[in-house]
Formats: sequence, C-alpha cells, structure tokens
Amino acid sequence: MNGHEITLVGADLTALPSGALFWRDAGLLCVSDLHLGKADRLARRGGSMLPPYETRDTLDRLSADLEATDASTVICLGDSFDDLDAALSLPEDARLQIARLQAGRSWMWIEGNHDPGPVDLGGTHLAEHVQGPLTFRHIAVPGACGEVSGHYHPKAHVRTRAKTITRPAFLCDGNRLILPSYGTYTGGLGSHDPAFAPLFGDGAQAILTGRQALAVPMPRAVAS
Amino acid sequence: MELPQIITDWFDGQGWSIHPHQRAMADRADAPALLLIAPTGGGKTMAGFLPTLADLASRQHTGLHTLYVSPLKALAADIKRNLRRPVDEMGLPIRIEDRTGDTSATQKKRQRADPPHILLTTPESLALLTSYEDAPRMFAGLQRIIIDEIHALAESKRGDQLFLALAALEGMVPQLRRVGLSATVEDPSTIAHLLARHPDPCEILTADPGPAPDIAMLETAEAPPWAGGGAAYAIPAVLEEVKRHRTTLIFHNTRAQAELFFHNLWLANDEALPIGIHHGSLDRNQRDRVEQAMVRGELRAIVCTGSLDLGIDWGDVDLVIQIGAPKNVKRLVQRIGRANHRYNAPSKALLVPANRFEVVECVAALEAVKAHTLDGDARGRGPRDVLCQHILIAAAAGPFDADALYAQTITTGAFADLTRPEFDACLDFCATGGYALRAYDKWQRLKQAPDGRWHLRDPRAAQRIRMNIGTIQDTDTLKVRLKRSRGGKPLGEIEEGFAASLTPGDTFLIGGQIVRYEGLNQMTVEVTRRADRKPKIATFMGTKFATSTQLSHRILEMFRQDTWPDLPPHTADWLALHRKLSKLPEHGRLLVESFPHDGRENTVIYGFAGRNAQQTLGLLVSKRLEEEGLNPLGFVSTDYATLIWGLDGVPDPAPLFDIDALRDGLDKWLAGNAVMKRTFRASATIAGLIERNTPQAKKSGRQATFSSDILYDTLLKYDPDHLMMQITREEAMRGLVDFGRIEEMVRRTQGRIDHIQPGRITPLAAPLFLEPGRVPIKGLAEERLLAEEAARVLEGAGVTEQTVKPVWRVPY
Repeated sequence: MNGHEITLVGADLTALPSGALFWRDAGLLCVSDLHLGKADRLARRGGSMLPPYETRDTLDRLSADLEATDASTVICLGDSFDDLDAALSLPEDARLQIARLQAGRSWMWIEGNHDPGPVDLGGTHLAEHVQGPLTFRHIAVPGACGEVSGHYHPKAHVRTRAKTITRPAFLCDGNRLILPSYGTYTGGLGSHDPAFAPLFGDGAQAILTGRQALAVPMPRAVAS
Repeated sequence: MELPQIITDWFDGQGWSIHPHQRAMADRADAPALLLIAPTGGGKTMAGFLPTLADLASRQHTGLHTLYVSPLKALAADIKRNLRRPVDEMGLPIRIEDRTGDTSATQKKRQRADPPHILLTTPESLALLTSYEDAPRMFAGLQRIIIDEIHALAESKRGDQLFLALAALEGMVPQLRRVGLSATVEDPSTIAHLLARHPDPCEILTADPGPAPDIAMLETAEAPPWAGGGAAYAIPAVLEEVKRHRTTLIFHNTRAQAELFFHNLWLANDEALPIGIHHGSLDRNQRDRVEQAMVRGELRAIVCTGSLDLGIDWGDVDLVIQIGAPKNVKRLVQRIGRANHRYNAPSKALLVPANRFEVVECVAALEAVKAHTLDGDARGRGPRDVLCQHILIAAAAGPFDADALYAQTITTGAFADLTRPEFDACLDFCATGGYALRAYDKWQRLKQAPDGRWHLRDPRAAQRIRMNIGTIQDTDTLKVRLKRSRGGKPLGEIEEGFAASLTPGDTFLIGGQIVRYEGLNQMTVEVTRRADRKPKIATFMGTKFATSTQLSHRILEMFRQDTWPDLPPHTADWLALHRKLSKLPEHGRLLVESFPHDGRENTVIYGFAGRNAQQTLGLLVSKRLEEEGLNPLGFVSTDYATLIWGLDGVPDPAPLFDIDALRDGLDKWLAGNAVMKRTFRASATIAGLIERNTPQAKKSGRQATFSSDILYDTLLKYDPDHLMMQITREEAMRGLVDFGRIEEMVRRTQGRIDHIQPGRITPLAAPLFLEPGRVPIKGLAEERLLAEEAARVLEGAGVTEQTVKPVWRVPY
C-alpha cells in the first residue's frame, strides 16, 4: 500500500497519503478531526452558507480508505462532529453512510473539544483509548509516551529548491504522533508554530499527505 | 438657475470669474442627471457644488441636502477643506462633514441621527448607510448626489456597487438629481449611461480641455538597470528637480516602491529638504499630518501612490514625477492634471522609467499622449457578485419585495439587461445558498414572510452583512505599532503574508523609517526603532494596471527600427544586445526563448497580446507542458510576454500553439486552474459566501481559517453549475481569459515561431523575473520536488527555517 511506515514505541504504523493512520497488526484505521456538519453549524449560527457537501466528501474518502485497508476497527480521534448539534442534525443519507461503514466493524468515537458528549450514532464513546503500547486521545498531553492524537490540524511548509510547498502532515517523533485533520473543510497550523515546539523532540518528522506520503524532518521555526 | 449675489460677490472678491462650464452646471441645476467632463484644475468640484451652494444660500433646508461620493478617503477630506473656505467666507450656515472608514464610531452615529447639509463619503460608506433601517429618515429631503472622479469608478466593481446604491437611494428620495464629474475620457456616453437612471437620458457638458500637458522623460547621467522597479539610480536627478520646483509630487505604482524610494531619497537628501510620504497603508494621523503640511506649503515634495491620486487640489504643485512606467496613458494624463492648477497653464510632468524596458514604454507612452490617444476598455454587464451583496444590503435595511428590488436594479445602466431569472438566482443564493442539495431549509439566511416580502431569518445577520460590505479585494493586513513600552504609536499596516515571513530581529521599512520586528501581539505587529540591519521590503498589494493594446503596438513598431536615435544610448544598446543574443519580437512572428536561470528551466513567450491574453496563454501552455510531463511550476504574465518556469526545458514550442488543441482544452482546463480559484475567491467574498470579517474575530482578534480553494474544489465536484461557479466563469471570461486575442495572435503569426535558446537570461526577459502576480501550478512537479526533499533526508541534509506564503482563507 502507498504509505509511509513508522514505528511508534514498538507499534508498526502506516501513515496514508489521505491523512489516515493504519495499524496493520491490529487491523485498525485511525482518522482525526472529521468536523462533520461544519457547514450546517456555520449556517445555523447565521454565518456563511458554505457548499453543504463536505460531510459527504469526508465520508466518501473515509469509505475509500476503509475499503483499501479492510480495517476491522476504526478510531475517530475527536472533533468528529463540528459540534454536538451538528452530530444530532446530521442528514439522513450521512447517517446511513456512517451505519454502512460501521457494519461489521468495531467503531470508537473519541471525544474532542468540539464534540464532548455522546452522539446518537452507533459505536462506542470514549474519552481516550489504550490499546497495546498506544494511547489514542484527542489533545496531546505533554510528556506522554506512545500517544496518538489530533486536534492541531498540523501542516508542514517545506522549502524545496524551487518553491515552498504546504501540505497537511502527520507529525511524529519516537514518543508521539499527531494526525492531520481528515475533514474536508478544515484549515491547519504550521509545524513551525510554537504550539508544537514543546511536544516534539529533536529528530521529529513531518509526513506530508497528498498523492504520496513523504517524510521530511519536521519544519520548525528558527530560534531568534 | 440665477446665482445668488452672495456667491457672485465672493467670486468677484477673489478676483475670479466663473468658468463657462461652472455657469452651465448652475443653469442645468434641475437636470435629473448631468455629466461634466473637465480637466483636473478646471474648477470641476466647484462646478458640481455651485447649485448646492446657490440653493442653500437662497432658502432654509433641514437635514441632508447633497451627498458627495469620491473613490478616495483623502479626496473627501480634501474637498471638505476646500469647500469650507468659500462657505465660511460667504457666511453661509452650511454644515459639511465627511464620512469614511476613518470616521469615528461616535461621529458616524451622530451623522445618522442628525445629518449635515453636505456629506462627503466613499462608495463603501454610502452602501453601508443604505443598509440601516433608518436610512429613509437620514436621506429624507436629499436633493443632489455628486459623484466625483466617476471615470475611475466606472471601471470597477466599486462603481457597480455605487450605482446600485444610487438606485436604492432613488427609491427613498425620487426627486434626487445626479451629477457626475469626470476627467477627460474617450467615450463620455458610456459613463453617462451608468450615471443616469436607466433608460432616462443624461446630458453631457464638456469643459475646455485647456492647453496640452508638458511631459518629458527625465534624463539622467546614470543608466537605469535591466530589471526592477525601484528607480534608485534616478535619486540624484529627482532631488535636483525637487530643488528646482516649488512643490513636487513623486508618484509610484506600488506602496513598497514608494517606501523604498522615500528611504533612499532621504539618504541622499543632504540639504534636508522637507519631503513627506503618503500612501494608503500609513496610519491615518500620519497621512493627515502630511496632507496638512502640504496645504500649508511646508513640503517641497511628497512621495506617494494612488492614495494621493485623482484630483486632490494641492494648490502649489508645479511638478509631477511618475516613477516607473505609467502602464496606462489615461492614468498618466489624469495624474499630470495634479500639477499646476491654474487653469490655463500647461501641466508639467516628468517620467522616470525604473528599468530599460520601461524606457521603451515611456517613449511609447509619450508619443501616445502627443497623439491624444487615450485608452480604456468597455466594462460589460454588471457583475452578479456585486448584485448578491446588494441584495444582502437591502435585506439588512429591512424586509423587501423581490419584484420591487428587481425593478429598481434594472434602472442601473450596468444591470439594465439583467433578466428576471438571473436576478432570482442571485436572490435564491442569498436566501438559501442556492445549492442543488437543498440543505439549508432550516437555516436560510433570508426567509419569505406570508406577505411575500423577504427578511433576514436572524436579525443579527445584519451586523455580519454590514461588516463585509465592499468590493475592494485587498490582501489581509496587520497593524504595525511601536511596542507598548515604546509608546505604542501606530505606524501603518503590512500584509499578513509579509508579517508571517518576519522573524524577531528582522527590519523593514514603513512610513520611511526602518523598524525592527519584535513580535506579534493580538494581531498587531510590534516593532521598535532599532535599525541595526538592512531592511527587508514590506510588500503591499499594488494596483495592477494593464497597459493599453496600442502601447504594445507602438513598442512593436519601435522594435522594427535598425537603430534607436530617439532612445537614450543605454537603452538603445540594451535593445541591440537583445537582438544580438536572441532577436526582437516582431508583429507577424512569435518569439519564444528558452534558457536556464536560477535552477529552473524558463520559457518566455513574447505574444504582445495584453496581460489578460498572456495570462490565459500561460495557463493553456503550462497545462500542455504538464500533460507532456515537462513539470511546469508556475508562470507570470505582462502585457507583452509570459514567463513559464519549471523543472524541464521545452524542446520544441511549435506544437504548443496548435490553436485547435488550445481551444479543445479550454473548457476542461478552465475549471481546474489557479486563476479560476483566484477569481472564485474574489467573487465569493463579494457575494457573501466567504465572510472576511466575523463578529467572533472582532471580539477575540483571531479566527480559524481554511483555504477558499477547498470550497471551489468542492463545488466543482458536487455542484458545478452553482451560481458562484457561473459567476466565477463570467468574471474570469471578462477579466482574465480574452481567448479571442490568443486566436488573433496565432492567426497573426501563422506558425511562424522563432525558438531561440540563448543559454542565458536575455535583456527583455529580465524584468519578467521581478514581475508580481505569479501563478503557481500545483502539478506533478510538486511531487517530484517533495520526493527530492524526502530523499535528501537520507543524505543527512535537514530542513530548517520555514516561511509562510500569504494565502486567502475562509474564516469559520
């Protein structure tokens, strides 16, 4: 499969070019920050009426990844819904699509800051999940070891010989891994942002998403 | 109208006679629509206000009498000053106030409750005024609206918005009379069509154009460089001219150039001549100080940009210097109107080309001025993104009837042929989003009441609509101020993207001083005055002017000469060198150069087809190159040429210009490219799909964002016929595509393609490398570059510092 192999505290993981993380030995696929129902939330709050196709687009991509990996367990790493109302008012076709994806699979919704309570969809709701050497939670905890998290929507700006290229990216070192956001209507935070500095030690990598997953040293801000 | 004696006495007291066109304007004071064409300095503004003064002098009037709209804040402030004096000296009890983005909130509130007799404002502020529920009360009794510099507004969406606001005003005060004041233009009837209530006629008055302007190119001992826009070489010569004249205006095409030039000018200003700087990114107080010092005659020169453009009446200016090619001859002549406001004396101006190609352009422009060939492009139909915003503004003002709003809309010239289905599509977009998937039935922005009228579902949406009024697409900027511990003085604004590229300790120029970047605090750039490093240049968005087609033709004519006795020797030598290394572009042939430079392979296509067509050509050809696996990375276009750079060279360009292949790909290709995304971004912002300003952001000073490109891609995939996509195509066709010019170019050259591989950068190609407006190509070249970068990791080379490029964002 097209992806970048990484080892995190002994677990062999594959960072997929789509932004999903696959743990082959556990048959587990992990995605973060789906932000389903974002367009709906914005319209509800009297803001823009953005093209209401992002939920479908996000689920279609997830569906493709599930098909390619044949994962038996799915972890949605928090902020799966843009808010709890968005989860509750998800249109019928999106609910059906989620139900189809869940059929025959173990499915975990980890709580995020946008969706801090249970939703009326199948699957298990958890604050965090520990499996083997790995801990799955929404927001990284300083000092954690073997942690897989999301929340920050990391991106990397990579300076090449001809231009700077920006892509959503996985960030990881030997202790932790942060997933890029998987949702269609999501922006991101550059890996050089000070927020990431205390979380990653020397030798951290950024794995860029896109047509192929490519690893580069994690771009950081220069010290002043 | 007979002018009251109090006015004629005042003119006599000044020793002035009333100009014939001023008299004619007063005589036609009752005309429902009247357009005056007069050169700058012809007492045009007074001509516009005379009927107002006469009316207010002869009878009591309560409330607003005359609205004055100008494209520039500075112009509104200037008119206030210039009108105040005669009004005071005549002893007329007239209140005159201005209202722009710079006016304080308290003052604005008071103006709505108790409007002055004369209110001076901008199109955006007027649109905002019409969005308030109490607008009919504020405008009750309004007699006249004067639109100054209407020729400048007529070319832009700001004008389209203004004319729609005018239709809304007409609905509130049907007796309203419209006056347009315009500089000399080629076709006044086009402007008259926009000014009048359609289909009513509009009378046109033309003033004596006065003597021909005195324009020349500044001769310098030092030769200008091959490329670049700074004109630093000309500083000593410019200083000499400043010394020789009373007051000089030094115009630049961009703010960044103005800053740099001002800095260099001061370094060379040994006699410490009082010279100021003025541009739209400077803090208001600083602009005010410069304007006042200018009025008091304390300054010998002002380095400025378009913010001082357009008819500001600086009494004592006796020389205008234009740095950099004026790009547009019409603009040049209007700028020159600034010099010497005594009506019958010729204006004096000097052109200072910044590089050698601009020397050629300047000479061609001077010939055009002498030949009185002013240029300009037809505007076409009213853009529907502006109409969408207009509908939202109407909704903010209160419930409206769709039939009435449609009837009102088609009284504006630009929208006269708008069909009802086209209008309804815009209304549906504003109300429901207009998506094929009707997802927002519950959250519609506009709802229809049982009486059929449309209103906002959530009244709080009115505030969001008002926060996003306007059609000017400038990039996001951040305020710059001195650190609090150093007094916190505001200095101006810089582009967000530039701010992101700064690291603490970097220095840059603003307001002519070097400041040191200390950090970002609450969306404000904090700086100190520790100038210990060579400054980076702050980037400001400069207005891009398209050179007229006839300038291109003049330049091609010039290239045919064997020698160039009319050009300065350095430029003649430079052209001769180009001819030696490559060849000069010819009318009936297409010159293509390929050469490596700066680690990339470059291809230059000298089509001389105008910026729009060259841009389209860049897109089409780079698309073909991508298909051929030649890894293009980006391109940039000028009126004369397109430069494409990439990872691989082009072995044979001839097949790229097969017109059938180009045309075949046009539609498919059009959908996915960067220019369409850029157009989408602008139109979606105007139409209210993307809110640049949100209440949350105002409260917290920050907002999360994502790229508007994602919205475009989503619509393209799931709803390609959505109104925003239609508008994007319309707007792209209007401004950017110009495929007809490409067909003309291909026909003209008939496959006569000269492909030259000089092995190095050529003289004519050099300026292209510093041209703004580069369009990136997100193709396979990116993958190859990233793969290279990833491979370098294995060799132990690291990635370190990163800078962030400016991107447009959708707030959420």
